[in-house]
Amino acid sequence: MFKWLEKNLPKVVLTPAVGLIGWFVYGFILWTLYISFTNSKILPKYELWGVGQYTKLWASRKWLIAVDNLLIFTSLFLIICIVIGIILAIFLDQKIRAEGVLRTIYLYPMALSFIVTGTAWKWILNPTLGIQKLFIDMGFENFTFDWLVNREMAIYTIVIAGVWQSAGFVMALFLAGLRSIEDEIVKAAKIDGANLFTVYWKILIPMMRPVFFTSFVVLVHISIKSYDLIVALTQGGPGISTTMPALYMTQTAFHKSQVALSAASAMMMFMAVAAVIIPYLYSELRREHVS
Amino acid sequence: MKKILIALIVFALAPNFSLAGPKIEVLHWWTSGGEAAALKVLKDDFAANGGEWMDMPVTGGGGDAANVALKARIVAGDPPSASQIKGPTIQEYDQEGVVAPYNIDAIAQSEGWDNLLDPMIAAVHKCQNNSGPYCAAPVNIHRIDWLWANKSVFDSNGISVPTTWDELNAAAETLKAAGIIPFAHGGQAWQDATVFEAVAMGVGGNNYYKNCYVKLDENCLRSETTVKVFDQMRKLQSYTDEGSPGRDWNVATGMVIEGKAGFQIMGDWAKGEFTAAGKTPGVDYYCASTPSNNGYLYNVDSFIFYKTDDPDKQAGQKLLAKLMMGKNFQKVFNLYKGSIPARLDVPMDEFDQCAKTSNADIKTAGASGGLVPSFAHGMAQGNTMKAALQDVITEHFNSDMSSKDAANALADSVLANM
Repeated sequence: MFKWLEKNLPKVVLTPAVGLIGWFVYGFILWTLYISFTNSKILPKYELWGVGQYTKLWASRKWLIAVDNLLIFTSLFLIICIVIGIILAIFLDQKIRAEGVLRTIYLYPMALSFIVTGTAWKWILNPTLGIQKLFIDMGFENFTFDWLVNREMAIYTIVIAGVWQSAGFVMALFLAGLRSIEDEIVKAAKIDGANLFTVYWKILIPMMRPVFFTSFVVLVHISIKSYDLIVALTQGGPGISTTMPALYMTQTAFHKSQVALSAASAMMMFMAVAAVIIPYLYSELRREHVS
Repeated sequence: MKKILIALIVFALAPNFSLAGPKIEVLHWWTSGGEAAALKVLKDDFAANGGEWMDMPVTGGGGDAANVALKARIVAGDPPSASQIKGPTIQEYDQEGVVAPYNIDAIAQSEGWDNLLDPMIAAVHKCQNNSGPYCAAPVNIHRIDWLWANKSVFDSNGISVPTTWDELNAAAETLKAAGIIPFAHGGQAWQDATVFEAVAMGVGGNNYYKNCYVKLDENCLRSETTVKVFDQMRKLQSYTDEGSPGRDWNVATGMVIEGKAGFQIMGDWAKGEFTAAGKTPGVDYYCASTPSNNGYLYNVDSFIFYKTDDPDKQAGQKLLAKLMMGKNFQKVFNLYKGSIPARLDVPMDEFDQCAKTSNADIKTAGASGGLVPSFAHGMAQGNTMKAALQDVITEHFNSDMSSKDAANALADSVLANM
């Protein structure tokens, strides 16, 4: 008995967790998939109805706006976060004084929730309260910075707030990556006559490949799921110009009483996340297997 | 041993034995100031009649969080005894089979609700195609088409309360020239729709409103009148300040109270903000209906009663329905809430000027066919159609979309969601 327990303890301990995850994560993914093929309105119904919800979804202007916004937001958020993250990491890597303090300052936004970030930026960017008013009060009477209330530009304010929140995290990832590289490599390059720029551009940054990968996966899934930032910053407005898929999903389920349509949009988001995560997992697992 | 076992089983199966009596579990989102105080009146009444009240308040998002909680409870097969649901959503829930049997109908019949309510308001609370037995109880009537104006701002600019939309536009131009924000507005989808329906009823007329937004007639939606309504919306938009998008309604009301802005178009819950700031109607501010031909946009808060097998809860539902429609609760609750009683026979002596106007106007409107349900607040249409209309209205208001395109987009959006 004791021996059996000793041998199977990991299995015994893991079974409840696996069971719970299986039910509450994968079970409900399947449930959502099923619901997306029904015609559920205000409450879930279980008679199958076909793929009508998906047709309806891709015919909806609001959903198309949400998908457009997602593409704009994800690409800008990703690129800007990584660029700023690398630059900050390289600066901090120069063995400067008070590095710990600076690092904490850059990383600090990560400790806030997106709701706090969104609310703070909402006030900063509001033309009658924030930056614009500040400059006008300082005497620059024609200064305008009204992106938040401008339908065409509002999506970029979400990028600004998102980058402010996440760039420090990317910096921390790259800093850790840079620190893990042996000093000898840098020294050897310097002996060969490479300047600092060349060292980073030609040697160190290419060696950061796994960090790029990690940042990519983390940032992309943050942006696909982004909901709280938009709720706090613009509530999808002005009009419906900053609607994103996650916001569309909750509004459709709980305000519009179209549970099945909402489930269809959830499945589209799920597939977008899967398209990013599965190749990543595959390459990671294969590498482990090889080594 | 066996006897003890049986006794234990009996005891376990009858946990309510010692607590027999009317019981009720109420899901609501009335947790702030006046609403909570008003609800306490109901709770005390309920307790005084020997009932046991189990409170289930869910705050946040003007009922959004409560809506999520309610759906979860219904899906789990354990709905509360009663919850705040209104308008055609009452019938939508009934079609899901969670409301019948309509055990509160017995109370409605014995208390004579048919005679106490306006027939139009009564129909909303009957489940089967707006007829047949009652399955919900109304607690108040909110009016949507209110114009709230700062009196000293109006007086010092020589403006009187506008009675046509042209006068309103002229007043706004005067204010704009004087450097005051004419129109205090919060650019959120539901607020845009709130203003829109007041404009639609005023500019288009009561019959236009009924054809377009109650019957959803396509030709009506695409008509020239709809284009005119959108034109007026564009004008109103030009009277807002640039901080408007995303602003909460009470912040906009605050701008009128402080005299930073001239007027706001908002339902009568805005009165609570004026009252809290110590302002008196007619002295510090005007409460007037927006220009229309004796129109009255109504929004009724109701409670719906779910199916239950527990006889104690059934008794509780009956008691609650009776108290909710009682004269005392209808009076006290609405004094706090800013609305007027749904019951027609409540004396209005203790109410303020705005509520008295509202109460007089609803009778005129009822007689002249101007009493119309608000779609922005879910009285004319269910949630799906409400959102379909709202999306187009807010998109037009926040962009440079032409009125003609907006009217067609409105009709397309309605057809796509039929």
